[in-house]
Amino acid sequence: MSVKQTHTHAININPLENEQKNTLLENETTCLEVKNLDFFYGEKQALFNVNMKMPKKKVTAYIGPSGCGKSTLLRSINRMNDLVDNTKIDGQILLEGENIYDKSVNVADLRRRVGMVFQKPNPFPKSIYENVAYGLRIQGINDRRTLDETVEKSLKGAALWDEVKDRLNDNALGLSGGQQQRLVIARAIAIKPEVMLLDEPASALDPISTLKIEELINELKETYTIVIVTHNMQQAARVSDYTAFMYLGELIEFGQTNQLFTNPSKKQTEDYITGRYG
Amino acid sequence: MESSKIGHHISEQFNREIEDIRNKVLTMGGLVEQQITLATQAFSEGDIELAETVIKQDDQVNDLELEIDRECIEIIALRQPAAFDLRLLISVIKTITEIERVGDQAKRIAQMAIHLVDSENHNQYYELQHIVDMVSAMLHDALDAFARMNIHEVVSISKQVKNVNREYKSIVRQLITKMMEDPRKISRSLDLLWTARALERVGDHACNISEYVIYMVKGEDIRHLSTEELTQKVDL
Repeated sequence: MSVKQTHTHAININPLENEQKNTLLENETTCLEVKNLDFFYGEKQALFNVNMKMPKKKVTAYIGPSGCGKSTLLRSINRMNDLVDNTKIDGQILLEGENIYDKSVNVADLRRRVGMVFQKPNPFPKSIYENVAYGLRIQGINDRRTLDETVEKSLKGAALWDEVKDRLNDNALGLSGGQQQRLVIARAIAIKPEVMLLDEPASALDPISTLKIEELINELKETYTIVIVTHNMQQAARVSDYTAFMYLGELIEFGQTNQLFTNPSKKQTEDYITGRYG
Repeated sequence: MESSKIGHHISEQFNREIEDIRNKVLTMGGLVEQQITLATQAFSEGDIELAETVIKQDDQVNDLELEIDRECIEIIALRQPAAFDLRLLISVIKTITEIERVGDQAKRIAQMAIHLVDSENHNQYYELQHIVDMVSAMLHDALDAFARMNIHEVVSISKQVKNVNREYKSIVRQLITKMMEDPRKISRSLDLLWTARALERVGDHACNISEYVIYMVKGEDIRHLSTEELTQKVDL
């Protein structure tokens, strides 16, 4: 608590204002809800009382300058931050109404339900097939037919099947960057998660591969709830249904993407998305 | 206050491009305002030379329209503007269409002036004087609102449209009476009628321009709203 008081940002957040930041359209169901979330790296507070509801089977994008806490927030959704030493988290994140920071939660189960894809594709140094089958194998599933079906379905789901179907046993590291990223997405969806977290999934890719990933995101949201962090605002505008703008660890504005990009309600948001200094 | 939104981009070049576009819109607006003034003057005084100047000016207005359009499209393609910047550019694209049409109406009035010079008396102005004053003021206010990004004038401009329509109808009634009284005046009366019609359209264009100012400044689309709804939106 003593740390928190040294940071002025945490003080005086008007609950009414938070209410406005939280608005989803009436017809949306909430999949993820962040409640009063504070996060500390050692003494340094990285998130300040974040409150937000993310709708089911929709794409929510986090935008904001470097160091604003968007990746920290994203990583706290599948408790990746647990792996970082000397961090502290206060508040709750509810996945389908259950607090994922509850003591009873099995973190491995949680990460099965909440998959993640990183900025740089990180396939295992194995065959394409084994990369996608990996998640099932560690769950103890070795039935050839189940594996074959899942691999095909996942690769199709990640829009990669047609490009790799004749070389499933080739090393995954031989694929192009864009293909590797889609392979990693296929690996993530093979274990049928409910939520997909994408941390700058296209920033290391060329424009055409980027478009393929964006197109894929559009298809994936039929099945999954997606949260994406991106530095590319046009990308956020193109792929997301809702956008959250974060600044210095606070959630400044959250709303429908088309609204936020044409008529943001906060000056800080406006300055950021139009490339102005505040 | 609102004009502080214009500058302050991290990219100075972007600031300059936007400022340049705005200046060109204001130049274009100034030109058509002058066109309307000169056209109505030519009309009342039967000044053919003046009328021809107005007609020539229209080329300048058209060129500016093309140029501003092209610059807006370039910014949209190259800079992917968002929020206020995007609304500004969209408003500009729509506003210059309206301005260009005002120019067309001025040209029409000028042509009518040339046409009417042959008719027996040059005192053609008195029936139209009132409507000329009204729409000139509306046009001036709308362009001023655009320049200053001031949305407070908009409600009064929008109310003025009704007055202009009333005035236009009254002119029509007068002219019909004249035509019935003296069929020899039908030709002249018809020319006057077309001119009144052109002026009435100028009022509509001015009103449209002021609506785009609201969109630019507040992000609210107020087209096709009643006066009450409009007042409510502007007050928000």
